Order: sequence, then C-alpha cells, then structure tokens
Amino acid sequence: MKDLNVLLAGFGGQGILFMGKLIAYAGLIDGREVSWLPSYGPEMRGGTANCSVCLSDEPVCSPLVTEPDILIVMNQPSFDRFIGSVAPGGIAIIDSSLVGGKTAREDISSFYVPATALAGEKGLQGLANIILVGKMLAETRFCSLDTMRAAIEKAVPPRKQNLVAGNMRAVELGMDS
Amino acid sequence: MNMAQRVLMKGNEALAQAAIDAGCRCFFGYPITPQTELAAYMAKQMPKVGGVYLQAESEIAAINMVQGAAAAGVRAMTSSSSPGISLKTEGISYMCGSDLPALIVNVQRGGPGLGGIQPSQADYWQATKAPGHGDLHILVFTPSSVQEMVDLVGKAFDLADKYRMPAMILADGLLGQMMEPVEIGGKEVPVPAAKPWAACGHRNQREHNIVNSLYLTASELEDLVKKRFERYREIEAKEPLCEAYLVDDADIVVAAYGAAARIAKAAVRTARERGIRAGLLRPVTVWPFPKKDFQAAARHASRFLCVEMNMGQMVDDVRLAVECSKPVGFFGTTGGVIPTPAQVLEQIENLSGGAR
Repeated sequence: MKDLNVLLAGFGGQGILFMGKLIAYAGLIDGREVSWLPSYGPEMRGGTANCSVCLSDEPVCSPLVTEPDILIVMNQPSFDRFIGSVAPGGIAIIDSSLVGGKTAREDISSFYVPATALAGEKGLQGLANIILVGKMLAETRFCSLDTMRAAIEKAVPPRKQNLVAGNMRAVELGMDS
Repeated sequence: MNMAQRVLMKGNEALAQAAIDAGCRCFFGYPITPQTELAAYMAKQMPKVGGVYLQAESEIAAINMVQGAAAAGVRAMTSSSSPGISLKTEGISYMCGSDLPALIVNVQRGGPGLGGIQPSQADYWQATKAPGHGDLHILVFTPSSVQEMVDLVGKAFDLADKYRMPAMILADGLLGQMMEPVEIGGKEVPVPAAKPWAACGHRNQREHNIVNSLYLTASELEDLVKKRFERYREIEAKEPLCEAYLVDDADIVVAAYGAAARIAKAAVRTARERGIRAGLLRPVTVWPFPKKDFQAAARHASRFLCVEMNMGQMVDDVRLAVECSKPVGFFGTTGGVIPTPAQVLEQIENLSGGAR
C-alpha cells in the first residue's frame, strides 16, 4: 500500500490528537508501520493543536508531516496555514462549519463537510472530528470499517467503551456526507 | 514478528516502562517539558511494583537522591530536559567520582538558557565532553526510535553496573512525544549483578563500605582517576554501537544520531533513488564514539556530511574519528526547528555535484 502522510489541525479540545490516534491505531491493527507526532506546547484547550500521522509499509523515517497527502482542518488559522502545504494530488477535508471560504487550488481534492453543525444536529456533540475521519475513510479507504471499529475500541479508554457506538455513528455519518 | 504484541506508546512512556522492566525501583525527578510524561508514568506505575517514585523539590535534589539510592546498590534513575540536566551536572560528577551506576535521561529541548520546548540536540557537547566537572566520562546512548527508547534502557543500566559509572539516554522532544509501535515487556529480566561495594548496611558481617569522591592527597586522586581512565579505554574498545545504512559502497556518508538520523535516512534513501551513492552512519552510543565505523567508511567515502539539530557539535567527533582524512561538512537546524528530508537531500546533492 502507498505511504499515507496525514496532517490534522485545529484548536486544542477539538480532538485533533484523538483523530490522529484513531488513524495510527488503524494502521497498527492492519500491521503497518505508523508514527504519531503531536505538536506540543504550553497551551491546552483553546490553543492551536496539530498532529502528524504517517502510515507506511516501511519503518517511518521522518514523523513530521510537512507535505500531507491528507489534511484535515478544523479552524480558520489551520486552513490558512496548511492548505498550501498539501501535496499535489492530495486531499483536504475541511470543517466548513468553522472555516469560511474555499481554496483556489485545483491540484488537490477538497471536501467541505459541515462537521460541527452535523454533529450538533445528530446528537453527536463533540464528535465532529470523528465525522471528518469518516469522510477521510470514504475518500481514501485507507482501512476497512472493521479496522476502524477496532481502532476506536483501542483509542477509547476501557472505562468509556460506551462511547464506541456514538463514534461509529459519527464515522458512518462522515462517510455518507 | 508477532504483530499482536506491538503496542502504540509515546517514547517517554515506553522508556519509563522499559526502566521498570529492567529492574529500576527508584525514580527521582522534577517536571519539565518535553519529558514530563516519563515522570507521570513512573508516578503511576512505580508504586505497583513496590518501587519509589518521588518528585523532588528541584533537579539538584533529585540527582542527589539518585546518588544516595545508587550508593545503596539500587537501580535508580532520573529524567529531565536540557535546563534541568544542567542543574544535575554536579551530582553526575559526584557519581562519576564515587564510581556509582545510575541512569540519567535527557529529553533535549532547545537552548541555551530556558531556551524553548521544541526538540533539539544541542546538549551533545554537554553529554559527551563535560557532563560534570573533572576528568570523567559517562556512557551516552542515542535512541532513534521509540523501540530504541525501550531497548537501550536495559543495556544502559547493565553497562552502568558493569563499569560502575552513570549512563545517559540522550533523547529529544520528538522521540519523547511521538508514538510508534513497540514490542515491550515479556522478556526475562536478568538479575542485576551483585554490588559488593554498596553501602547498604554491613550488619557486623563485613568491613563497612565507603562511597566517597573526596581525596585530598593529590597522588591518591591521580591514581584513582588513572585507574578509572583504564576502564574508559576498555569501554572505548568494547562498547561503541553504530548502525550502518547503505554505507558499504557509499561515496557520501551522512552522520546523524537520534531524531536527526531518521530524517537523514529518508534523504539518503531518496538520494540512492536518484543515483547518488549515499549512506548513513548512525551512532547509537556517542560516548564511546564509534570511531572505527567512521574510519572504515573513510577508506571508500569521498566526504562526510554531519546532520544535527544544533549548530554543529558531533561534527567535531566525526572529524576527529576520520583524522581529517576526508572533508566533513555540516548541516543543522537549531532552537527547536526540525530539519526536513528535502533540506538534507539538497545538501547531499550539492556535495555530489548535483549528480543524478
């Protein structure tokens, strides 16, 4: 399978790092080499957060993604900062509830999903990030739905397994959006 | 490889678990980014194995607690990041002077001063040349993956015990913060060697042991230091570790350790695809420095390129190792900036005269 370099970006508290964990676990479950690298800083909720995830059949060399094959953004500053960095032929998935405007780039595929609004309408508050992962799954088929379910079960703490069903609903909602 | 055993862990946490697995039962530390997850993991897990986790009032207190535990024969460690390591240097020197084994972990960040909190390799000189005052060395291991953050811990403790000296894991914020799949645990842990020198109570059964670094008679101190340096020479002969990647026929040999080596490896791979005979020498120990690997490469390579996340520190050791028989260039980023494979590739291409 082709290497997949993913960059996820938004505000702290939106579940950016958790999105990265899901994608990394999916790779791990499928027996691939993976790396997950958070931006870290003094900020917690409200600051900017981004996360690099690499999936490969070879050991990952540089875990820092500077030219993502896939970019998922959940706020305006991240959109402005990273949309130009997407590799030609790559994919950008944008939470259009939180990002105004569209990219002029025609060498990438851009998908505008009102994930935050959708999550609110469907009683999936706080799962806008997972809706976007669902969209990524639909557009790339980087893993199977079974693998994604297993990844969610891994990434969700043992005492919160009751959240798995809601996460799966969010994935499916994202896949259909 | 049994995939089922692979788990996803942060470098800091994996290192902590590996230390517990290696029989470490005393951890003393003080929080600092980007190392804090290591201490947090220890705080949770140490009590479960009957060990001691203690957050000291300062880094200086922590290293002195390590010294005390080590003197009593316990496998003890501390961890910190660059500014905190500077505070520990006094204690490290005392442990060298007292021939005490212990593990010190430095998850490096940008400096000098408080610097920044992003990954850096700017403490290479400190670790390899002057980790404290006096004529001394410590063992310095440089992991390049989360798996090595695990694998080198037991080795560091074992060699520290064997040679009765402190060992350091010289990592950086990137390795500490990133998650990768690791195989951890499940191995039989060899019982650490007996420590007949330990000051742990003689119960009137033997002469009492003294752990000390103060020698007021110059000739006595000279004899002791000279004996210690015989041990250092033995270590330099027996213990250097180095990974060679595509070096056998390499014309341009890139030298890099830790996180920088991962980036350099990507660049070397692409250079090969473009017909440039590039290779990578990755020291896994930087003291002792793997001089022989560099000397061997110097026989066929036309030049070296040292890549570091600092202004050029290990490059000195590469030049010394090859005795300036071949040109040794340098490329680095500093202050917490991580180089990209493309930047390193550009350097390699320039050195090869742009050959494709």
